[in-house]
Amino acid sequence: MTQDRYEQMVAHCLSGLPDEACGLLGGVAATGEVTACYPTRNAAASAKVYTVDPRDHLRADRDAEAAGNAIIGVFHSHTHTDAYPSPTDVAQAPDPSWHYVLVSLRDTQPVVRSYRIEGSAVTEEPLVVIPR
Amino acid sequence: MPVAVHLPTVLRPHAGGAKTVTAEGSTVGEVLDALAAAYPGLSGQVVGDDGTLHRFVNVYLNDDDVRYLSALDTPVKDDDEVSILPAVAGGA
Repeated sequence: MTQDRYEQMVAHCLSGLPDEACGLLGGVAATGEVTACYPTRNAAASAKVYTVDPRDHLRADRDAEAAGNAIIGVFHSHTHTDAYPSPTDVAQAPDPSWHYVLVSLRDTQPVVRSYRIEGSAVTEEPLVVIPR
Repeated sequence: MPVAVHLPTVLRPHAGGAKTVTAEGSTVGEVLDALAAAYPGLSGQVVGDDGTLHRFVNVYLNDDDVRYLSALDTPVKDDDEVSILPAVAGGA
């Protein structure tokens, strides 16, 4: 993920406070390269849960497909907890091929981590930020 | 009438890997029933045993979420497109 996409993702999470914020990541499924960051509305408008706005999801999906890519992951903020998937995040993870990025805003400095979720198995993966 | 149905990546293996398939029907529900008949692996993935949309999927007719139209009773016409996407949600 490039630095500017990373900053766009974190900025969207900060702008959503006090609620959780969420968005989708477009990119290359085979490599995990993120080529687009799609901030979406949190249809749940809550500090504890998020729901990617369905129409924002459709728009992002179409844009990614038009670019020859796909939606390959989702990011969301945790406003008061660690950057680790909650039981709800794991139970509701929609696609085992996706990357699940957590942005914790609990501390002054945001903490960003990425995971794979297959069934109930959560595995952290490296999130590589490259210069824009 | 046949309409195009766009499938999410997680459901494509049930349709031979296809991104888009066609199915017949005069309502969204009929189209989804035809889809499940053609691809039995999709049966129960979108519409539950109770005959309503699963809460973990979103179904769209063109640009609109069918939950805000007439759900499965939403009429479809030629050249309409149905899209299925996972509902993406979670929480701390």
